[in-house]
Amino acid sequence: MLNSRAARRQFTNQFILILSTLAAVLGIIMLVWILGDVAWRGFSAMNWDFFTKLPVPPGEKGGGLANAIVGTLLMTVTAALMAVPIGVMAGTYLAEFGKHNLFGRMVRSLSDILVSAPSIVVGVFVYLVMVKTMGHFSGWSGAVSLAILMLPVVIRTTEEMLRLVPDEMREAALALGAPYWKMMLQVVFRAAKNGMITGIMLSVARVAGETAPLLFTAMNSPYWMESMNEPMANLTVTLFNYAMSPYADWQQLAWGAAFLITISVLFVTITTRLLLVGRSKH
Amino acid sequence: MTQTNTQNPEVKIAVRNLNFFYDDKQALFDNTLDIIANKVTSFIGPSGCGKSTHIRCYNRMFSLYKGHRGEGEILFDGENILDPKIPELELRHRVGMIFQKATPFPMTVYENIAYGLKLHNKYPQSELDDRVEKALRDGALWDEVKDSLRKPGTALSGGQQQRLCIARAIAVQPEVILMDEPCSALDPIATAKIEELIDELKKKFTIVIVTHSMQQAARASDFTAYFYLGKLIEYGETQSIFTSPQNKETEDYITGRFG
Repeated sequence: MLNSRAARRQFTNQFILILSTLAAVLGIIMLVWILGDVAWRGFSAMNWDFFTKLPVPPGEKGGGLANAIVGTLLMTVTAALMAVPIGVMAGTYLAEFGKHNLFGRMVRSLSDILVSAPSIVVGVFVYLVMVKTMGHFSGWSGAVSLAILMLPVVIRTTEEMLRLVPDEMREAALALGAPYWKMMLQVVFRAAKNGMITGIMLSVARVAGETAPLLFTAMNSPYWMESMNEPMANLTVTLFNYAMSPYADWQQLAWGAAFLITISVLFVTITTRLLLVGRSKH
Repeated sequence: MTQTNTQNPEVKIAVRNLNFFYDDKQALFDNTLDIIANKVTSFIGPSGCGKSTHIRCYNRMFSLYKGHRGEGEILFDGENILDPKIPELELRHRVGMIFQKATPFPMTVYENIAYGLKLHNKYPQSELDDRVEKALRDGALWDEVKDSLRKPGTALSGGQQQRLCIARAIAVQPEVILMDEPCSALDPIATAKIEELIDELKKKFTIVIVTHSMQQAARASDFTAYFYLGKLIEYGETQSIFTSPQNKETEDYITGRFG
């Protein structure tokens, strides 16, 4: 009796173990497949022209995505410059002053909602508020829509990382006669630094592959930008347009764009991991 | 009404009718006692008796939290430090504090000590070096860390971290040092080192220590106060508290029949 029950348990255990291993293998296969495909086809599109030349009309040989690479970098960096200071300050408010009050709870749940908001909704919102009023697509509105997407990630990780700093650390600094702001800047932020940088990097990684919000805001452009105040070329929308085109040259460039985006996100994520490992060694 | 007591030059802190509230809940009831200068005073009592709450009034640490308030008088060199007009930063410069958990800042050993110094004064580099060394020597840590001043403070052992915190506190030359269960996370050897250090420090500072260890109170302190349920039950010289307590509750606690 007892034996048969033990045998059945053993069997169930084996069975579930095999199932979950299969599921894991399936997941990994898909990932490797995608990465492999993108790397295989994308890497062959990489050449000097890809990084230095403007796109050319279909049928013409050569050409590159220099303007899209610069455009994506410009808009992402601008978005980070807008979202990081606001996000860090809002996160600091939540962790230090808005722990229990109504306003703090409101900001917290709003940013939780914003984290899961579909990015296309943010794109349409910025289209209505900025593009419609300005009368044209622009790099600025692209950057703003990316910033809106980054903001909640920065807010919440900042808050969580500051909360991880023990109250004793705050009290110890205050007990030395430090004013609150010096305690925050010189001790607490320093203790939370790695975690906060991680949050910022992850938010950059999050928006680096966004297409939908840019489609409505920055649009795209085959030319060099003269300012942020005009439609701006970017990798994701270019990828979208070129991949859907019937021209082999363009499709090839689209693979290149896909490869570049993937590599960048991978780079950001791995750097973040290394940072975290570096911290846990202490 | 208490002027005569506070005139006594030996009294560093005169507590008069201290009541303390966490929102509506009263945690301390009419505590009245004198802390004597350059002596070690220990606060003992079961958990939740208010000894930590009491000690945290001496540097107004409670003001960090909403709804925490103290009433009554804590006369520090004649000034009532519960008066909001007394600036907090100045008060905490004069009254240092050590916590249960060692809290090295996320910086090097050297910067941990220099941090407090730089808060209050600008020093030329050579003087800063001297003061850091002196604080580490006074904290009985110099010999162990003199070759690793540039290592992070968190890389030290638990006992060393706590002595680092003590050195950091004494570096800014306070008059009083509050210690809130400074040894409860340490092994007996590290504890013995801190107790030796306390004995040395009382030459320069007035020390108030909260402890759960009766032996520590008996070994390390000159005066002992026994708290129970927020009330000061008995206060006197450590010797007499431990050998002939006047109060039945105190006797029960120190003989281990209760708490």
